[in-house]
This record gives sequence, structure tokens and C-alpha cells, in this order.
Amino acid sequence: MIESNLPALQVVLPLVAAPLCVLLRRGSLAWLVTWSATWATAAISIAILLRVLDAGTISYTFGGWEPPWGIEYRVDIVNAFVLVLVSVIGAIIVPYARRSVGAEIRSEQHYLFWAAYLLCLTGLLGVAITGDAFNVFVFLEISSLATYILIACGQDRRALVASYQYLIMGTIGATFIVIGIGLLYLMTGTLNLADMAQRLSTMPLHRPQLAALAFLTVGISLKLALFPLHLWLPNAYAYAPSVSTAFLSATATKVAVYLLLRFSYSVFGQSHVIENISVEAVILALSVAAIFTASLVAIFQDDVKRMFAYSSVAQIGYITLGISLANQNGLTGGIVHMFNHAVAKGAIFMLLGCVALQIGQPLMAQMAGLAKRMPMTAAGLVVGGLSLIGVPGTVGFISKWYLVVAAIEKGWWWLAALVLISSMLAAIYVWRLIEVCYFREPSPELEAAGEAPLSMLIPAWVLVIGCIYFGLDATMTAGTAASAAQSLLEATR
Amino acid sequence: MRGYLVLRVIAKLLIPFILVFGLYVQFHGDFGPGGGFQAGVIVAAAIIFHALIYGLPRTRLVVPEWVVETLVAAGLLLYIAVGIASMLMGGGFLDYSVLMHDPVHGQHRGILLVELGVGISVAGVMLMIFYMFAGRSRTPDSEK
Repeated sequence: MIESNLPALQVVLPLVAAPLCVLLRRGSLAWLVTWSATWATAAISIAILLRVLDAGTISYTFGGWEPPWGIEYRVDIVNAFVLVLVSVIGAIIVPYARRSVGAEIRSEQHYLFWAAYLLCLTGLLGVAITGDAFNVFVFLEISSLATYILIACGQDRRALVASYQYLIMGTIGATFIVIGIGLLYLMTGTLNLADMAQRLSTMPLHRPQLAALAFLTVGISLKLALFPLHLWLPNAYAYAPSVSTAFLSATATKVAVYLLLRFSYSVFGQSHVIENISVEAVILALSVAAIFTASLVAIFQDDVKRMFAYSSVAQIGYITLGISLANQNGLTGGIVHMFNHAVAKGAIFMLLGCVALQIGQPLMAQMAGLAKRMPMTAAGLVVGGLSLIGVPGTVGFISKWYLVVAAIEKGWWWLAALVLISSMLAAIYVWRLIEVCYFREPSPELEAAGEAPLSMLIPAWVLVIGCIYFGLDATMTAGTAASAAQSLLEATR
Repeated sequence: MRGYLVLRVIAKLLIPFILVFGLYVQFHGDFGPGGGFQAGVIVAAAIIFHALIYGLPRTRLVVPEWVVETLVAAGLLLYIAVGIASMLMGGGFLDYSVLMHDPVHGQHRGILLVELGVGISVAGVMLMIFYMFAGRSRTPDSEK
């Protein structure tokens, strides 16, 4: 019974745990519920991935209504990969979060924070797993609304403004997405993504299809913070509680990237729309712009969380760059970078949470001499930083290797050069942090501080070790990403 | 509203009827217009009406905030419980047909329970929003 209902349980489990947290009304009990639900969810996602690798696409129908009429959950290798990414990160953060949430959020709000965390996880997993276009929108809204709460919980009063800013931008994005889906429904008469793709492939080109693609691309780009639409992200990440930042930076934008992949490859892949308009060229240009401007801005930030938030915008640029290259290696690079960036950024923001526990909002000046007082935290930050640069032996190298190879395959030497030059920019901002942490005398704030508690360091270091392990042995990550890329490319004409 | 005797008496008379009408809309939803969402709003409106006439502090005694919060969670939980029950009874998630001995009764029972869940949650959320806004003091600093 459990076996056949796995796709439903993947989403239902965190969804059922969220109201439980509210009913229990006690922070510690809610944490325990969250802990068990997220780890079970992670186990389910791994089971699903193994089944997909073994037996191919899984389809699950709701309420006994056969697709394309009913809602279908459809798991192929692409979203199985995303499900594992989101749910495993979601699970690793929970044991870490006990202390961090305890320090940063008012204790009478703890159970509500956990409910919002679980709802956000539900929404993200739902977006990734569903095969129904309107369901995508519904889950996107569930995750977005929960995200606004997670951000607004921050101690800094600017968190409220950041959350409000994201609320406005996110709602515009969601509106664009629902307009796009509405136009597609108008043209095809179906909401099932697979059915939609098939009907689009036999249809002559009509203007509403073009408009739908445009609305969807812009809406999703807002959600994933592609370059000119990224303005909500730096403040949201900087002022949100450490736990929210770590969770959102590792998962939320990745799910939006998945949506971009799903719509531009699976749904529109065989239609006449894609032949007539070069979305790739636009995304390519924006990605390169994102990588350079965001990296440059990151160099001049004094708030370390904000610096890494800008770095996130740049790193998302690498992911979309891979998508826009639209060949086997490029797509593999983009997809594997979703995972690699999630691991590296998750680790960095978790370690910054350790710093925040000891000294509050981590500013550059206050982190001086961090290595003397918190050696494990500082060492982890170095490894995470090296991954962002793409030093061989870390995860960042794997993704950049694929991207550079893909660019060279296309004969675009200038693009390969740009990817390498941009890594230098990452090296500058990471080096700034290393210099401050290792070669300065401890700041007055750090003078009295000791190392962060083990309950926070161990989960963070699991991700740090992940940065190195998956950088040395990429057979699992890059292998899965390669077959995901292959299945996406097969669906296009 | 201490002086307005007529308003207070009429409110006392009307509120039970509004609540019963809410229940009617809730459970008659599969034969006529209505359903969980509308019913939840009507029930919440009855309590908001009480707050308008008798004042928020007295309403908070009748329906405390923790009850409202519990309603929000309990409704959602009921909805999901129906889905899980249908999974346990051998169907898929929210496959009502397996809930009873024959599919027609099963569908009937399923949608009734799910809509009840929706009704409870909607009533809770409406009240929560009202409490949040009505409970805000004029100056932000006087709050705690």
C-alpha cells in the first residue's frame, strides 16, 4: 500500500505534519514532529528516485480520476532528482535549526515557524512532483506564502520590508505564471502537462502560445531571481532568520529552475513556438549579465549574508546559462549545478547561522579573526567558498567543467572564457571573507565567543563534506543529471 | 454598544439563526448552492457580528484565540485524514469510492467530510484575520 502511494505521501506527509504542529502548540513538540516528517519525506524521495531509475516514469492519479482529466503526479528522472534535493536539504536543516530558531525567533512563535517551514516544504515538493499545470500554480502559492512568513520572522525589522517586497514581486510572478497557464489551457483545452505537450506539438502556431511562453518565462524568472528580476532576493536572504535563508537559498530557487526546465523543454519542447522564438538567446544574455553584475556587487557588500545572497544570484546565472546552452553537456551542467549550489550555499548559510548565534548579524568587520575563535565554522566557510569559485576537488568545479565543455562544443570560446573570468570575481569576494576570518585579530564581538554548538556544526559540516565528496566523486550527481538532461532533450524536436 | 438595547437583543436573536444557516449551507452543499467555503464564511460572520455588537474582549471569551488556531489546523487535518483513510482502505489519495461499501455512498461520504474540513478551516482563517486586525492597537509601541 505504501509502495503504490509513495508519490502522494511525498507531499501529504509534510502537509499533515504542518497542522499537527499548530495543534500541539509547543515549540519543542512541533520541532519533533517536523524532524520526523522531514526525515521520512527524505526517505520517500530517495525511494522514489530509486524506483524511477529502476522502472522509469511513475504516474499517480488522484481520487480515481484518470489523467488527463484528473490530477496526475508524474515523476520522471528530472523531478525525482529535484525531490531528493529539496527533501534531503529540508531534513538536514531541521536538527541544526533547533538552536538557531531558539535564538532568533520568539519562543511563542516557534510552533508557527515550524508549521510554515513544513508548508513551504510541501509547496516546493508539490511543484516538483505534480504533472498538472494548475496544481503547479497552487503549490507555488503554498510555498510562496509560507516563504513570506519564513522571511518575515527575522529579528531585524528590515525583514518585514524584505518580506513585503518579495510578496509584491512574488505575486506578480505568480500572476504571470497563472496567465501563462490560462492561455495554454485556452489553446489546448487541457491542464495535464504531458497531454498539453502532445497537443501543442500537433498545433499550428498561434499568437496566444507565444504569449503563454512569454508570461511563463517572465513569471518563473521572477521566482528564480534571474538577473533583472532578482531585486527581491538579496534583502530577503540577508534579513531572514538563518534557518530560513539556508533552506530557501538551497531549495526555493531550484524548484523554480525546475519549472523553467519543465515548461521550456517538456511542454513547449515539441511545439512550433520554440522554433519561432529564441528564448535561449535571451536567457543566455541575462545569465551572463547576472553572473557578472551580481558577482561584482557581491564584492562590495559588508553584510556577509547579503554578499552570499548576491552570490546566489550569480550562481543561479550559471544554472540558467546551462539551460540556455540546450545541449547535453550544458543541460547536465545546469542541472548538476542546482544540486551543487544547493549543497554549497546551504552549508555557507548554515555556518553563517552559527556565527549569527554567537555575534548576531554577521558583518564583515565583526567576523574578523573568526578562525581563531570558531575554527570549524571558518574552515567550513572556506570549503563552501571554494565551491562557489569552482576550485577542483569541490562541487563547483564539476558544474563549471560541464558548462565550459558545453560552450566549447558549441564553438563559443568567448563564453568559456567568460565563465572562467567570472570565477575570478567569485574568488575576490570569497578571498575578502577568508582574509578577514584568518588574518585579522578577533573583533571585540568575537573576543568572548566560542565555537558554535555541535548540534549546529554537524549538520552544516555534513553539507561541507558533501561539497568535497560530490566534487571528487560525481558519478551519482552528474550521472543522474546527465540522464535527466538526456530525457529532457529527447522530448524536444 | 452598551446603550443600544435593540441592537444587542436582535444580535442575540439572530446569531443562532446565522449559525444554523451556516450549517445548512455546509451540509446541503451537494444538493444546492453552497459548500464548505461559503458555510465557513457564514459561521465566521456570525461570530464577527457578535464581536461588532458586544466588543472584541467578550468575543474572545466565547471563542478564544487558541480555539480559532485549532480550528484552522483541525479543518485541514480532517481533509487530509479523509485522503489518508482512503489510502488505508486500498484506494489512492482522496479516492472516495473505497470509503463505503459501494462507490456512490463512498463518494457522498467523502465529499461531505472534505467539505466539512474546508468549512472548519475557512471559518478559522476568517476569524483569525478578523482577530489580527481588530486586535491591533492604534500605536505599534503599546503592543507588548
